[in-house]
Amino acid sequence: MSIPKVCGIETEYGIAVTNGDPNPIAASSVLINAYAQEIARQQVGWDFEDESPGNDARGYARDGAMPPQVETHLLNTVLTNGARFYVDHAHPEFSTPECLDAMECVRYDRAGEQVLIRSMEAADRVVTDGRTFVVYKNNSDGKGNSYGCHENYLMDRATPFSRIVDDVTPHFVTRQIYAGAGKVGSETNAFDGEPVEFQISQRAEFFEERVGLETTLKRPVVNTRDEPHADPHRFRRLHVIVGDANLAEVATFLKVGTTALVLAMIEDAVDAPRCLDLADPVRAVHQVSRDRSLACPLLMSDGSTATALGVQWELFAMARRYADDRGLACMGDEEVGEEVLRRWEEVLAALERDPMSLARQLDWVAKLQLLEAYRDRQGCGWDDPRLAAIDLQYHDLRPERSLFQRLDTESLVAGPSVERAVTEPPRGTRAWFRGRCLTKWPASVVTANWDSLVFDLGTDPLRRVPMMDPLRGTADHVDELLERSASPAELLDRLSS
Amino acid sequence: MAERELKKKTGTADRGAEAVEEVPAGSAKGEKLKAELDDLLDEIDEVLEDNAEEFVRNYVQKGGE
Repeated sequence: MSIPKVCGIETEYGIAVTNGDPNPIAASSVLINAYAQEIARQQVGWDFEDESPGNDARGYARDGAMPPQVETHLLNTVLTNGARFYVDHAHPEFSTPECLDAMECVRYDRAGEQVLIRSMEAADRVVTDGRTFVVYKNNSDGKGNSYGCHENYLMDRATPFSRIVDDVTPHFVTRQIYAGAGKVGSETNAFDGEPVEFQISQRAEFFEERVGLETTLKRPVVNTRDEPHADPHRFRRLHVIVGDANLAEVATFLKVGTTALVLAMIEDAVDAPRCLDLADPVRAVHQVSRDRSLACPLLMSDGSTATALGVQWELFAMARRYADDRGLACMGDEEVGEEVLRRWEEVLAALERDPMSLARQLDWVAKLQLLEAYRDRQGCGWDDPRLAAIDLQYHDLRPERSLFQRLDTESLVAGPSVERAVTEPPRGTRAWFRGRCLTKWPASVVTANWDSLVFDLGTDPLRRVPMMDPLRGTADHVDELLERSASPAELLDRLSS
Repeated sequence: MAERELKKKTGTADRGAEAVEEVPAGSAKGEKLKAELDDLLDEIDEVLEDNAEEFVRNYVQKGGE
């Protein structure tokens, strides 16, 4: 039986500075420090130490023989909701905490946007030299530079990686028909210099390999980074780099939900029909992005052809049968699993009938509808810079400038639940333990990372609490323990007894 | 520019309790969407950065990941 598909999203945001030093690393640092100091009012650093495994029944291990060393990386911080907020390369990046299902992932992705918005506001208060900072939730600058929005899914180590690569590739190539964020024009050589008006995906044209380790050059459709942030003998973390950052909640929900389902089927060895084998996945990912009619025939390994919609219908039918046969426990919450299937089917049907009917659900459609309406009114061509400006401002996170905010898109997660997610961790994963310890004892947690917390009890040495199982350390597991412990010393005593 | 209510979220239900509202072309809902889009277009020039060409040219990012 497939293990629960614990999931999360890492988003690198675009950043622009006006009236001052345009250095994006400095600007990102200002934002993160402003948030940590002005809003979170704490700064717990990120711990880059590797772990040594050794779990007890609750998923914790006793303190290792090696006392942990603290590295001071000021621009890496951990929030009380269990998220990581940091500077990655030249971008502010927000990684959601580990979520148990796709709806929770939407909620924490939204909470991440709120963190960035509040960071901009805090920076405006703190920085007095006239600089202002603007953050964009997109994936490219239109000039050939791309930055990522990565997803992560917990997988069983027993599943052969080659099987994952083969069976997930058709999904990664075609899911952009609902998960794409849309883009004016083209900025790479993916289309051999042919003119491109609009693409379904921001990222698709940056992919050049079928499978590989790279994330910044020669990007692969399936990324092989093997860094489980968990017990490496039991778990794998599939690191997905082929997606766009979404603003539309339905798009985020489907991107994560359908991928979790497809991965659960792979883990349960549900045979994908060979008719889904793409002859050239890299070419296909480009073709699908460019084809807003959704009719482009993709060449399959057996010489036949299929459209992206056809591939998605086949994957949906497999997933429907899988759910009927085996249930949806792998989706965290079974109701969420059913909701993924229901919306998946509805969106594919609507894409088949009239893609533009999904302007309230999908980013690329919402953006395309706005661009087409503007073109109609102004009588301008696709090369008019105002269209590129609309594209960019769709992703502007400032509430008064965001074009996305002005469109009436469908919301799945209620405002108050997003507000709670800005400070409170998900209840059903180890993020709960991380986030609650940070809330309860901010002065004693010196560093944290995905799979451990380091406490300073005022006595040498520092004490590390490993969390090698993402499904341990949940509210159900640890709330009573946290409740009974008056101090971190008591907590650690109880954990080691 | 005066701030206006920016987001007209229709759904408050959580956990996907809300049904997809399909929008067939030509329906009352379709007309409403079109009217909203018209309103947005009426004011988009106030929201767009002043010099679109310069704004787009100046947006340069370093690659990431």
